[in-house]
Amino acid sequence: MLMNAASKISEKEVEHIANLARIELTEEEKRNFTEQFNTILEYFEIINDLDTEDVPPTSHVLDVTNAFREDKVSPSLAVEEVLKNASKKERGFFKAPKII
Amino acid sequence: MGEPYLLSARETVNAVQNGDLTAEECLHSALERIKEVEQHVHAFITLREDVALKMAREIDRKVRKGKALGRLGRVCIALKDNLCTKDFPTTCGSRMLESFSPPYNATVVENLMKEGAILLGKTNMDEFAMGTSTETSYFGPTRNPWHPDHVPGGSSGGSAAAVASKEVVLALGSDTGGSVRCPASFCSVVGMKPTYGLVSRYGLIAYANSLEQIGPLSRDVYDCALLLSVIAHHDPSDSTSLTSPRQDYTSFLRKDLEGLKIGVPKEFFGEGVDERVVKPLRKNIDSLESLGASWAECSLPTLKYALPAYYLIAMSEASSNLARYDGVRYGYSQEYSSKDWNTVFSKNRRRGFGTEVRRRIILGTYALSSGYYDMYYLKALKVRTLIKADFDKAFQDFDVLVGPTMPILPFKFSEKINDPLELYMCDLLTVPQNLVGCPAISIPCGFVEGLPVGMQITAPPLREDLLFRVAYALEQHNPVEKG
Repeated sequence: MLMNAASKISEKEVEHIANLARIELTEEEKRNFTEQFNTILEYFEIINDLDTEDVPPTSHVLDVTNAFREDKVSPSLAVEEVLKNASKKERGFFKAPKII
Repeated sequence: MGEPYLLSARETVNAVQNGDLTAEECLHSALERIKEVEQHVHAFITLREDVALKMAREIDRKVRKGKALGRLGRVCIALKDNLCTKDFPTTCGSRMLESFSPPYNATVVENLMKEGAILLGKTNMDEFAMGTSTETSYFGPTRNPWHPDHVPGGSSGGSAAAVASKEVVLALGSDTGGSVRCPASFCSVVGMKPTYGLVSRYGLIAYANSLEQIGPLSRDVYDCALLLSVIAHHDPSDSTSLTSPRQDYTSFLRKDLEGLKIGVPKEFFGEGVDERVVKPLRKNIDSLESLGASWAECSLPTLKYALPAYYLIAMSEASSNLARYDGVRYGYSQEYSSKDWNTVFSKNRRRGFGTEVRRRIILGTYALSSGYYDMYYLKALKVRTLIKADFDKAFQDFDVLVGPTMPILPFKFSEKINDPLELYMCDLLTVPQNLVGCPAISIPCGFVEGLPVGMQITAPPLREDLLFRVAYALEQHNPVEKG
Protein backbone atom coordinates (compact mmCIF):
# COMPACT_ATOMS: atom_id res chain seq x y z
CA MET A 1 0.00 0.00 0.00
CA LEU A 2 1.14 3.51 -0.76
CA MET A 3 2.03 5.38 2.42
CA ASN A 4 -0.01 8.52 1.88
CA ALA A 5 -2.69 7.48 -0.54
CA ALA A 6 -5.01 6.28 2.25
CA SER A 7 -4.19 9.00 4.78
CA LYS A 8 -7.63 10.64 4.74
CA ILE A 9 -10.25 8.84 6.69
CA SER A 10 -13.85 9.15 5.49
CA GLU A 11 -17.03 9.38 7.53
CA LYS A 12 -17.95 5.93 6.23
CA GLU A 13 -14.66 4.52 7.53
CA VAL A 14 -15.13 6.14 10.94
CA GLU A 15 -18.55 4.52 11.12
CA HIS A 16 -17.07 1.16 10.17
CA ILE A 17 -14.21 1.38 12.69
CA ALA A 18 -16.55 2.56 15.48
CA ASN A 19 -18.68 -0.45 14.73
CA LEU A 20 -15.63 -2.74 15.00
CA ALA A 21 -14.90 -1.11 18.38
CA ARG A 22 -18.55 -1.59 19.41
CA ILE A 23 -19.19 2.09 20.02
CA GLU A 24 -22.36 3.69 18.73
CA LEU A 25 -21.93 7.21 17.32
CA THR A 26 -24.44 9.94 16.59
CA GLU A 27 -24.40 11.63 13.19
CA GLU A 28 -22.84 14.72 14.74
CA GLU A 29 -20.10 12.67 16.42
CA LYS A 30 -19.36 10.92 13.16
CA ARG A 31 -18.82 14.30 11.50
CA ASN A 32 -16.73 15.70 14.37
CA PHE A 33 -14.59 12.60 14.78
CA THR A 34 -13.93 12.37 11.04
CA GLU A 35 -12.72 15.95 10.95
CA GLN A 36 -10.59 15.54 14.10
CA PHE A 37 -9.16 12.19 13.00
CA ASN A 38 -7.99 13.69 9.73
CA THR A 39 -6.16 16.47 11.55
CA ILE A 40 -4.65 14.07 14.09
CA LEU A 41 -3.63 11.42 11.54
CA GLU A 42 -2.10 14.02 9.28
CA TYR A 43 0.09 15.14 12.16
CA PHE A 44 0.92 11.56 13.19
CA GLU A 45 2.26 10.90 9.72
CA ILE A 46 5.39 12.94 10.39
CA ILE A 47 6.76 9.61 11.63
CA ASN A 48 7.00 8.64 7.98
CA ASP A 49 9.91 11.09 7.67
CA LEU A 50 12.03 8.54 9.53
CA ASP A 51 13.60 5.70 7.61
CA THR A 52 12.78 2.51 9.54
CA GLU A 53 13.68 0.06 6.78
CA ASP A 54 15.96 -2.17 8.88
CA VAL A 55 14.73 -1.14 12.33
CA PRO A 56 13.11 -3.82 14.49
CA PRO A 57 9.93 -2.86 16.37
CA THR A 58 9.97 -2.35 20.18
CA SER A 59 6.70 -3.53 21.67
CA HIS A 60 8.16 -3.77 25.13
CA VAL A 61 11.15 -2.08 26.78
CA LEU A 62 12.09 -4.87 29.18
CA ASP A 63 14.47 -7.68 28.35
CA VAL A 64 12.13 -10.09 30.12
CA THR A 65 10.53 -12.45 27.60
CA ASN A 66 8.58 -14.84 29.79
CA ALA A 67 7.79 -14.79 33.48
CA PHE A 68 7.10 -18.33 34.58
CA ARG A 69 5.83 -19.45 37.94
CA GLU A 70 5.09 -22.79 39.51
CA ASP A 71 1.71 -24.16 38.57
CA LYS A 72 0.38 -24.19 42.10
CA VAL A 73 -3.25 -23.92 43.12
CA SER A 74 -3.99 -20.90 45.29
CA PRO A 75 -7.31 -19.53 46.59
CA SER A 76 -9.41 -17.54 44.15
CA LEU A 77 -12.28 -15.12 44.71
CA ALA A 78 -15.59 -16.38 46.04
CA VAL A 79 -18.44 -16.57 43.51
CA GLU A 80 -20.46 -13.83 45.22
CA GLU A 81 -17.41 -11.53 45.16
CA VAL A 82 -16.94 -12.15 41.46
CA LEU A 83 -20.60 -11.51 40.70
CA LYS A 84 -21.15 -8.52 42.95
CA ASN A 85 -20.52 -5.93 40.23
CA ALA A 86 -22.62 -7.61 37.54
CA SER A 87 -25.78 -5.82 36.45
CA LYS A 88 -27.56 -9.12 35.98
CA LYS A 89 -26.81 -12.54 37.37
CA GLU A 90 -28.63 -15.81 37.74
CA ARG A 91 -27.82 -19.00 39.66
CA GLY A 92 -24.15 -18.15 40.08
CA PHE A 93 -23.67 -16.97 36.49
CA PHE A 94 -23.33 -13.63 34.73
CA LYS A 95 -26.40 -12.95 32.65
CA ALA A 96 -25.55 -11.59 29.20
CA PRO A 97 -27.77 -10.34 26.38
CA LYS A 98 -29.27 -12.91 24.06
CA ILE A 99 -26.84 -14.03 21.37
CA ILE A 100 -28.98 -16.09 19.03
CA MET B 1 5.20 21.94 65.94
CA GLY B 2 2.39 23.35 63.78
CA GLU B 3 -0.79 21.66 62.70
CA PRO B 4 -0.16 17.98 61.88
CA TYR B 5 -1.44 18.38 58.30
CA LEU B 6 1.48 20.74 57.62
CA LEU B 7 4.08 18.08 58.42
CA SER B 8 5.84 16.13 55.70
CA ALA B 9 5.75 12.32 55.78
CA ARG B 10 9.24 12.26 57.25
CA GLU B 11 8.24 14.73 60.00
CA THR B 12 4.99 12.90 60.70
CA VAL B 13 6.75 9.57 61.18
CA ASN B 14 9.41 11.18 63.38
CA ALA B 15 6.89 13.09 65.50
CA VAL B 16 4.93 9.93 65.95
CA GLN B 17 7.96 7.94 66.95
CA ASN B 18 8.65 10.53 69.62
CA GLY B 19 5.15 9.90 70.91
CA ASP B 20 3.90 13.36 70.01
CA LEU B 21 1.03 12.37 67.79
CA THR B 22 -1.58 9.70 67.36
CA ALA B 23 -2.87 8.49 64.01
CA GLU B 24 -6.30 9.79 64.94
CA GLU B 25 -4.88 13.28 65.55
CA CYS B 26 -3.12 13.21 62.18
CA LEU B 27 -6.33 12.16 60.47
CA HIS B 28 -8.47 14.80 62.20
CA SER B 29 -6.05 17.52 61.21
CA ALA B 30 -6.18 16.34 57.57
CA LEU B 31 -9.98 16.18 57.64
CA GLU B 32 -10.21 19.72 59.02
CA ARG B 33 -7.98 20.92 56.22
CA ILE B 34 -10.04 19.05 53.65
CA LYS B 35 -13.24 20.62 55.02
CA GLU B 36 -11.64 24.00 54.47
CA VAL B 37 -10.26 23.63 50.95
CA GLU B 38 -11.90 20.70 49.15
CA GLN B 39 -14.89 22.79 48.00
CA HIS B 40 -12.46 25.03 46.09
CA VAL B 41 -10.23 22.31 44.71
CA HIS B 42 -12.39 19.20 44.15
CA ALA B 43 -9.45 16.82 44.37
CA PHE B 44 -11.45 13.80 45.52
CA ILE B 45 -14.01 11.56 43.87
CA THR B 46 -14.49 9.48 47.01
CA LEU B 47 -13.62 10.51 50.56
CA ARG B 48 -14.40 8.06 53.35
CA GLU B 49 -13.93 9.46 56.86
CA ASP B 50 -15.30 6.25 58.39
CA VAL B 51 -12.82 4.00 56.57
CA ALA B 52 -9.90 6.32 57.36
CA LEU B 53 -10.92 6.56 61.02
CA LYS B 54 -11.04 2.79 61.31
CA MET B 55 -7.54 2.56 59.82
CA ALA B 56 -6.21 5.29 62.12
CA ARG B 57 -7.64 3.64 65.24
CA GLU B 58 -6.25 0.28 64.19
CA ILE B 59 -2.80 1.87 63.82
CA ASP B 60 -3.04 3.53 67.25
CA ARG B 61 -4.10 0.23 68.77
CA LYS B 62 -1.06 -1.52 67.26
CA VAL B 63 1.24 1.17 68.59
CA ARG B 64 -0.20 0.87 72.09
CA LYS B 65 0.57 -2.83 71.91
CA GLY B 66 4.16 -1.91 71.14
CA LYS B 67 4.13 -3.02 67.50
CA ALA B 68 6.37 -1.38 64.92
CA LEU B 69 4.79 1.57 63.17
CA GLY B 70 5.99 1.11 59.60
CA ARG B 71 7.77 3.53 57.30
CA LEU B 72 4.61 5.52 56.58
CA GLY B 73 3.19 5.33 60.09
CA ARG B 74 0.13 7.62 60.38
CA VAL B 75 0.79 9.41 57.10
CA CYS B 76 -2.42 10.48 55.32
CA ILE B 77 -2.44 9.32 51.72
CA ALA B 78 -4.80 9.66 48.75
CA LEU B 79 -4.98 7.27 45.81
CA LYS B 80 -5.75 7.95 42.19
CA ASP B 81 -9.10 6.44 41.38
CA ASN B 82 -7.72 3.91 38.89
CA LEU B 83 -6.06 1.91 41.70
CA CYS B 84 -8.29 -0.92 42.86
CA THR B 85 -9.36 -0.72 46.49
CA LYS B 86 -11.62 -3.01 48.50
CA ASP B 87 -12.58 -0.24 50.92
CA PHE B 88 -13.47 2.43 48.35
CA PRO B 89 -15.27 2.33 45.01
CA THR B 90 -12.93 2.65 42.02
CA THR B 91 -14.40 4.72 39.20
CA CYS B 92 -11.46 5.55 36.92
CA GLY B 93 -13.15 8.95 36.54
CA SER B 94 -15.73 7.26 34.32
CA ARG B 95 -19.45 6.70 34.24
CA MET B 96 -18.54 3.20 33.02
CA LEU B 97 -17.20 2.32 36.49
CA GLU B 98 -19.32 4.73 38.55
CA SER B 99 -20.53 1.97 40.85
CA PHE B 100 -17.63 -0.47 40.52
CA SER B 101 -16.44 -1.95 43.78
CA PRO B 102 -13.25 -4.01 43.29
CA PRO B 103 -13.06 -7.33 45.13
CA TYR B 104 -9.33 -6.89 45.80
CA ASN B 105 -6.65 -4.28 46.57
CA ALA B 106 -3.91 -3.26 44.14
CA THR B 107 -0.49 -4.45 45.33
CA VAL B 108 0.62 -0.85 46.01
CA VAL B 109 -2.41 -0.36 48.28
CA GLU B 110 -1.48 -3.44 50.29
CA ASN B 111 2.08 -2.10 50.58
CA LEU B 112 0.90 1.26 51.91
CA MET B 113 -1.32 -0.37 54.53
CA LYS B 114 1.48 -2.68 55.63
CA GLU B 115 3.63 0.38 56.33
CA GLY B 116 0.99 2.05 58.49
CA ALA B 117 -0.44 4.64 56.10
CA ILE B 118 -3.95 6.06 56.54
CA LEU B 119 -5.89 5.94 53.26
CA LEU B 120 -8.40 8.79 53.00
CA GLY B 121 -9.93 8.32 49.62
CA LYS B 122 -9.70 8.30 45.87
CA THR B 123 -8.67 11.25 43.76
CA ASN B 124 -10.10 12.76 40.62
CA MET B 125 -8.57 12.02 37.24
CA ASP B 126 -9.11 12.29 33.52
CA GLU B 127 -11.41 9.47 32.48
CA PHE B 128 -9.39 6.25 32.21
CA ALA B 129 -6.25 8.42 32.65
CA MET B 130 -6.71 9.87 29.16
CA GLY B 131 -6.00 13.57 29.40
CA THR B 132 -3.71 16.37 30.47
CA SER B 133 -6.09 18.57 32.45
CA THR B 134 -8.46 16.40 34.57
CA GLU B 135 -11.26 18.01 32.55
CA THR B 136 -12.43 14.70 31.06
CA SER B 137 -13.48 13.28 34.45
CA TYR B 138 -17.12 12.21 34.54
CA PHE B 139 -17.25 13.75 38.02
CA GLY B 140 -16.25 17.27 36.98
CA PRO B 141 -12.84 18.95 36.90
CA THR B 142 -10.30 19.52 39.68
CA ARG B 143 -9.06 23.09 40.08
CA ASN B 144 -5.48 24.23 40.28
CA PRO B 145 -4.89 25.11 43.95
CA TRP B 146 -2.71 28.07 42.94
CA HIS B 147 -5.16 29.50 40.45
CA PRO B 148 -8.81 28.35 40.36
CA ASP B 149 -9.29 29.38 36.71
CA HIS B 150 -6.50 27.08 35.59
CA VAL B 151 -6.29 23.31 35.18
CA PRO B 152 -4.25 21.25 37.66
CA GLY B 153 -2.76 19.17 34.86
CA GLY B 154 -3.57 15.52 34.36
CA SER B 155 -4.39 12.85 34.31
CA SER B 156 -3.53 12.50 38.05
CA GLY B 157 -4.81 16.05 38.67
CA GLY B 158 -6.71 15.16 41.84
CA SER B 159 -3.66 13.52 43.44
CA ALA B 160 -1.40 16.51 42.68
CA ALA B 161 -4.00 19.06 43.81
CA ALA B 162 -4.63 17.14 47.05
CA VAL B 163 -0.90 17.20 47.86
CA ALA B 164 -0.43 20.83 46.77
CA SER B 165 -3.35 22.08 48.86
CA LYS B 166 -2.08 20.02 51.82
CA GLU B 167 -5.22 17.90 52.08
CA VAL B 168 -2.96 14.86 52.25
CA VAL B 169 0.76 14.37 52.81
CA LEU B 170 1.31 11.95 49.94
CA ALA B 171 -0.58 10.59 46.97
CA LEU B 172 -0.21 7.96 44.29
CA GLY B 173 -0.88 8.62 40.63
CA SER B 174 -0.24 6.72 37.44
CA ASP B 175 1.92 7.88 34.56
CA THR B 176 1.33 6.58 31.02
CA GLY B 177 2.69 9.60 29.15
CA GLY B 178 3.31 12.15 31.90
CA SER B 179 0.17 11.78 34.01
CA VAL B 180 2.11 12.11 37.29
CA ARG B 181 4.77 14.59 36.16
CA CYS B 182 2.39 16.98 34.35
CA PRO B 183 0.09 17.66 37.34
CA ALA B 184 3.13 17.72 39.65
CA SER B 185 4.57 20.49 37.49
CA PHE B 186 1.26 22.40 37.17
CA CYS B 187 0.58 22.18 40.95
CA SER B 188 4.17 22.77 42.17
CA VAL B 189 4.70 19.43 43.88
CA VAL B 190 7.18 16.58 43.38
CA GLY B 191 6.04 13.70 41.16
CA MET B 192 7.94 10.85 39.57
CA LYS B 193 7.52 8.03 37.11
CA PRO B 194 9.62 4.99 38.06
CA THR B 195 11.49 2.73 35.63
CA TYR B 196 9.02 0.52 33.74
CA GLY B 197 8.52 -2.65 35.78
CA LEU B 198 9.84 -1.27 39.09
CA VAL B 199 6.40 -0.87 40.68
CA SER B 200 3.74 -3.57 40.39
CA ARG B 201 0.81 -2.64 38.15
CA TYR B 202 -1.39 -5.35 39.67
CA GLY B 203 -4.70 -3.64 40.43
CA LEU B 204 -3.99 -0.57 38.29
CA ILE B 205 -6.82 -0.33 35.76
CA ALA B 206 -5.05 -0.67 32.44
CA TYR B 207 -4.90 2.06 29.80
CA ALA B 208 -1.64 1.29 27.92
CA ASN B 209 0.26 -1.55 29.58
CA SER B 210 3.62 -1.24 27.86
CA LEU B 211 3.96 2.41 28.93
CA GLU B 212 2.45 2.96 32.36
CA GLN B 213 3.76 2.95 35.90
CA ILE B 214 2.30 3.94 39.26
CA GLY B 215 4.21 6.90 40.70
CA PRO B 216 4.45 8.92 43.95
CA LEU B 217 3.46 12.58 44.49
CA SER B 218 4.72 14.53 47.49
CA ARG B 219 5.58 17.96 48.85
CA ASP B 220 9.33 17.33 48.83
CA VAL B 221 11.95 15.04 47.30
CA TYR B 222 12.67 13.10 50.51
CA ASP B 223 9.02 12.07 50.83
CA CYS B 224 8.93 11.05 47.16
CA ALA B 225 11.95 8.78 47.68
CA LEU B 226 10.35 7.38 50.84
CA LEU B 227 7.06 6.56 49.11
CA LEU B 228 8.85 4.92 46.17
CA SER B 229 10.86 2.79 48.60
CA VAL B 230 7.58 1.41 49.96
CA ILE B 231 5.90 0.62 46.64
CA ALA B 232 8.87 -0.54 44.52
CA HIS B 233 9.45 -4.26 44.73
CA HIS B 234 8.90 -7.48 42.84
CA ASP B 235 5.34 -8.76 42.65
CA PRO B 236 4.59 -12.20 41.22
CA SER B 237 1.07 -10.99 40.35
CA ASP B 238 2.49 -8.66 37.66
CA SER B 239 4.42 -10.57 34.99
CA THR B 240 6.26 -7.39 33.95
CA SER B 241 7.43 -6.67 37.50
CA LEU B 242 11.24 -6.56 37.75
CA THR B 243 13.11 -8.77 40.17
CA SER B 244 15.66 -6.11 41.14
CA PRO B 245 16.38 -5.94 44.89
CA ARG B 246 14.46 -3.57 47.19
CA GLN B 247 16.14 -0.25 47.83
CA ASP B 248 15.87 2.58 50.31
CA TYR B 249 15.86 5.53 47.92
CA THR B 250 16.20 8.05 50.75
CA SER B 251 19.75 6.76 51.26
CA PHE B 252 20.86 8.34 47.95
CA LEU B 253 19.98 11.90 48.92
CA ARG B 254 23.02 14.16 49.14
CA LYS B 255 23.52 17.89 49.05
CA ASP B 256 26.19 17.85 46.36
CA LEU B 257 26.44 16.64 42.78
CA GLU B 258 30.19 15.97 42.84
CA GLY B 259 31.38 14.25 39.66
CA LEU B 260 28.00 14.06 37.87
CA LYS B 261 27.65 14.87 34.18
CA ILE B 262 24.36 16.48 33.24
CA GLY B 263 22.99 16.71 29.72
CA VAL B 264 20.70 19.49 28.55
CA PRO B 265 19.03 18.30 25.31
CA LYS B 266 18.43 21.28 23.05
CA GLU B 267 15.14 19.75 21.86
CA PHE B 268 13.75 20.15 25.41
CA PHE B 269 14.01 23.89 24.82
CA GLY B 270 13.10 23.87 21.13
CA GLU B 271 10.00 24.09 18.98
CA GLY B 272 6.72 24.14 20.90
CA VAL B 273 8.30 25.10 24.22
CA ASP B 274 7.13 28.41 25.72
CA GLU B 275 9.99 30.75 26.65
CA ARG B 276 8.27 31.49 29.95
CA VAL B 277 8.74 27.94 31.27
CA VAL B 278 12.43 28.02 30.39
CA LYS B 279 13.36 31.08 32.43
CA PRO B 280 12.84 29.65 35.94
CA LEU B 281 14.96 26.64 34.97
CA ARG B 282 18.03 28.78 34.38
CA LYS B 283 18.64 29.20 38.09
CA ASN B 284 18.76 25.43 38.58
CA ILE B 285 20.98 24.84 35.56
CA ASP B 286 23.32 27.62 36.71
CA SER B 287 23.59 25.96 40.14
CA LEU B 288 24.72 22.62 38.75
CA GLU B 289 28.36 23.65 38.58
CA SER B 290 28.50 25.17 42.03
CA LEU B 291 27.10 21.86 43.31
CA GLY B 292 30.02 20.01 41.73
CA ALA B 293 28.44 18.75 38.50
CA SER B 294 29.37 19.59 34.94
CA TRP B 295 26.78 20.15 32.24
CA ALA B 296 26.69 20.42 28.48
CA GLU B 297 24.15 20.76 25.72
CA CYS B 298 23.27 17.56 23.89
CA SER B 299 20.74 16.37 21.34
CA LEU B 300 17.93 13.82 21.01
CA PRO B 301 17.33 14.13 17.26
CA THR B 302 14.22 11.89 17.15
CA LEU B 303 12.41 13.66 20.01
CA LYS B 304 9.74 15.26 17.82
CA TYR B 305 8.63 11.82 16.65
CA ALA B 306 8.00 10.64 20.21
CA LEU B 307 4.60 12.30 20.51
CA PRO B 308 2.95 10.70 17.44
CA ALA B 309 4.62 7.34 18.19
CA TYR B 310 3.40 7.52 21.78
CA TYR B 311 -0.19 8.34 20.85
CA LEU B 312 -0.38 5.62 18.20
CA ILE B 313 0.90 3.01 20.65
CA ALA B 314 -1.17 4.25 23.62
CA MET B 315 -4.39 4.41 21.59
CA SER B 316 -3.78 0.98 20.09
CA GLU B 317 -3.20 -0.57 23.51
CA ALA B 318 -6.22 1.31 24.89
CA SER B 319 -8.52 -0.01 22.18
CA SER B 320 -7.52 -3.53 23.17
CA ASN B 321 -7.59 -2.95 26.95
CA LEU B 322 -10.94 -1.21 27.00
CA ALA B 323 -12.61 -3.91 24.91
CA ARG B 324 -13.43 -5.62 28.20
CA TYR B 325 -16.06 -3.03 29.13
CA ASP B 326 -19.20 -4.66 27.86
CA GLY B 327 -21.38 -4.02 30.90
CA VAL B 328 -21.86 -7.74 31.60
CA ARG B 329 -19.42 -8.63 34.38
CA TYR B 330 -19.11 -5.08 35.70
CA GLY B 331 -19.51 -1.54 34.47
CA TYR B 332 -22.26 0.64 33.09
CA SER B 333 -25.20 -1.24 31.72
CA GLN B 334 -28.60 -0.13 30.59
CA GLU B 335 -31.55 -2.46 30.52
CA TYR B 336 -31.08 -5.27 28.04
CA SER B 337 -33.75 -5.18 25.42
CA SER B 338 -34.40 -7.85 22.84
CA LYS B 339 -31.77 -6.26 20.61
CA ASP B 340 -28.74 -8.25 19.56
CA TRP B 341 -25.56 -8.57 21.62
CA ASN B 342 -23.53 -6.10 19.54
CA THR B 343 -26.17 -3.39 19.70
CA VAL B 344 -26.38 -3.72 23.49
CA PHE B 345 -22.57 -3.49 23.81
CA SER B 346 -22.38 -0.51 21.44
CA LYS B 347 -25.03 1.35 23.41
CA ASN B 348 -23.45 0.58 26.80
CA ARG B 349 -20.03 1.71 25.58
CA ARG B 350 -21.47 4.84 23.95
CA ARG B 351 -23.10 5.95 27.17
CA GLY B 352 -20.51 4.62 29.61
CA PHE B 353 -17.46 6.23 27.98
CA GLY B 354 -16.87 9.97 27.56
CA THR B 355 -15.85 11.60 24.28
CA GLU B 356 -12.06 11.44 24.71
CA VAL B 357 -12.11 7.76 25.67
CA ARG B 358 -14.29 6.95 22.65
CA ARG B 359 -12.01 9.01 20.44
CA ARG B 360 -8.92 7.10 21.54
CA ILE B 361 -10.54 3.66 21.33
CA ILE B 362 -11.74 4.32 17.78
CA LEU B 363 -8.41 5.79 16.60
CA GLY B 364 -6.56 2.88 18.24
CA THR B 365 -8.86 0.39 16.55
CA TYR B 366 -8.10 2.15 13.25
CA ALA B 367 -4.32 2.01 13.80
CA LEU B 368 -4.57 -1.73 14.45
CA SER B 369 -7.01 -2.53 11.67
CA SER B 370 -6.19 -4.50 8.58
CA GLY B 371 -4.47 -2.34 5.97
CA TYR B 372 -3.33 0.31 8.50
CA TYR B 373 -1.45 -1.81 11.04
CA ASP B 374 1.93 -1.56 9.24
CA MET B 375 1.47 2.09 8.42
CA TYR B 376 0.61 3.27 11.92
CA TYR B 377 1.09 0.78 14.76
CA LEU B 378 4.11 -1.14 13.48
CA LYS B 379 5.75 2.06 12.23
CA ALA B 380 5.29 3.62 15.69
CA LEU B 381 6.97 0.60 17.32
CA LYS B 382 9.95 1.00 14.99
CA VAL B 383 10.18 4.70 15.77
CA ARG B 384 10.16 3.72 19.44
CA THR B 385 13.32 1.70 18.79
CA LEU B 386 15.02 4.77 17.29
CA ILE B 387 13.99 7.00 20.19
CA LYS B 388 15.34 4.45 22.65
CA ALA B 389 18.63 4.40 20.75
CA ASP B 390 18.82 8.20 21.05
CA PHE B 391 18.38 8.05 24.82
CA ASP B 392 20.88 5.18 25.15
CA LYS B 393 23.40 7.28 23.26
CA ALA B 394 22.80 10.36 25.42
CA PHE B 395 23.24 8.27 28.57
CA GLN B 396 26.67 7.15 27.36
CA ASP B 397 27.82 10.73 27.86
CA PHE B 398 25.58 11.93 30.68
CA ASP B 399 24.29 10.65 34.01
CA VAL B 400 20.95 12.46 33.77
CA LEU B 401 19.13 14.79 31.36
CA VAL B 402 17.28 17.93 32.45
CA GLY B 403 14.69 20.27 30.94
CA PRO B 404 11.22 21.64 31.57
CA THR B 405 8.51 19.12 32.52
CA MET B 406 5.78 20.87 30.54
CA PRO B 407 6.28 22.94 27.39
CA ILE B 408 3.65 25.46 28.53
CA LEU B 409 2.27 27.10 31.68
CA PRO B 410 -0.90 25.69 33.29
CA PHE B 411 -3.71 26.73 30.93
CA LYS B 412 -7.27 27.85 31.58
CA PHE B 413 -10.33 25.61 31.67
CA SER B 414 -11.89 25.01 28.24
CA GLU B 415 -8.85 26.56 26.55
CA LYS B 416 -7.75 23.34 24.86
CA ILE B 417 -10.37 20.70 25.56
CA ASN B 418 -12.14 21.18 22.22
CA ASP B 419 -8.97 20.72 20.19
CA PRO B 420 -7.69 17.21 20.93
CA LEU B 421 -4.46 17.59 18.97
CA GLU B 422 -3.52 20.80 20.80
CA LEU B 423 -4.09 18.99 24.10
CA TYR B 424 -1.94 16.03 22.98
CA MET B 425 0.89 18.47 22.18
CA CYS B 426 1.18 19.34 25.89
CA ASP B 427 2.72 15.89 26.44
CA LEU B 428 5.67 16.66 24.17
CA LEU B 429 8.36 16.38 26.86
CA THR B 430 6.84 13.69 29.09
CA VAL B 431 6.00 10.87 26.66
CA PRO B 432 9.55 9.94 25.55
CA GLN B 433 10.39 8.53 29.00
CA ASN B 434 7.38 6.20 28.86
CA LEU B 435 8.33 4.96 25.39
CA VAL B 436 11.88 4.29 26.55
CA GLY B 437 10.95 3.01 30.05
CA CYS B 438 13.35 5.24 31.97
CA PRO B 439 12.55 7.04 35.23
CA ALA B 440 11.84 10.78 35.41
CA ILE B 441 10.91 13.23 38.13
CA SER B 442 9.33 16.69 38.12
CA ILE B 443 10.35 19.11 40.86
CA PRO B 444 8.98 22.60 41.56
CA CYS B 445 11.12 25.25 39.98
CA GLY B 446 9.34 28.53 40.61
CA PHE B 447 6.37 30.58 39.46
CA VAL B 448 5.75 32.64 36.33
CA GLU B 449 2.79 35.03 36.34
CA GLY B 450 1.62 33.26 39.50
CA LEU B 451 1.64 29.85 37.81
CA PRO B 452 3.95 26.94 38.73
CA VAL B 453 6.78 25.69 36.55
CA GLY B 454 8.44 22.30 36.99
CA MET B 455 11.84 20.95 36.05
CA GLN B 456 12.12 17.41 34.74
CA ILE B 457 15.09 15.16 35.39
CA THR B 458 15.43 11.94 33.39
CA ALA B 459 17.79 9.08 34.30
CA PRO B 460 18.70 5.76 32.64
CA PRO B 461 16.54 2.74 33.53
CA LEU B 462 16.89 1.72 37.20
CA ARG B 463 18.98 4.77 38.07
CA GLU B 464 16.41 6.26 40.45
CA ASP B 465 19.38 6.85 42.78
CA LEU B 466 20.74 9.51 40.37
CA LEU B 467 17.30 10.99 39.83
CA PHE B 468 16.70 11.54 43.54
CA ARG B 469 20.23 12.72 44.17
CA VAL B 470 20.01 15.49 41.57
CA ALA B 471 16.45 16.41 42.55
CA TYR B 472 17.33 16.63 46.24
CA ALA B 473 20.51 18.68 45.75
CA LEU B 474 18.65 21.21 43.58
CA GLU B 475 15.71 21.37 45.98
CA GLN B 476 18.01 22.06 48.94
CA HIS B 477 20.13 24.56 47.03
CA ASN B 478 17.28 26.51 45.41
CA PRO B 479 14.21 26.28 47.62
CA VAL B 480 11.09 27.44 45.79
CA GLU B 481 9.19 30.33 47.29
CA LYS B 482 5.61 29.12 47.27
CA GLY B 483 3.05 31.32 45.57
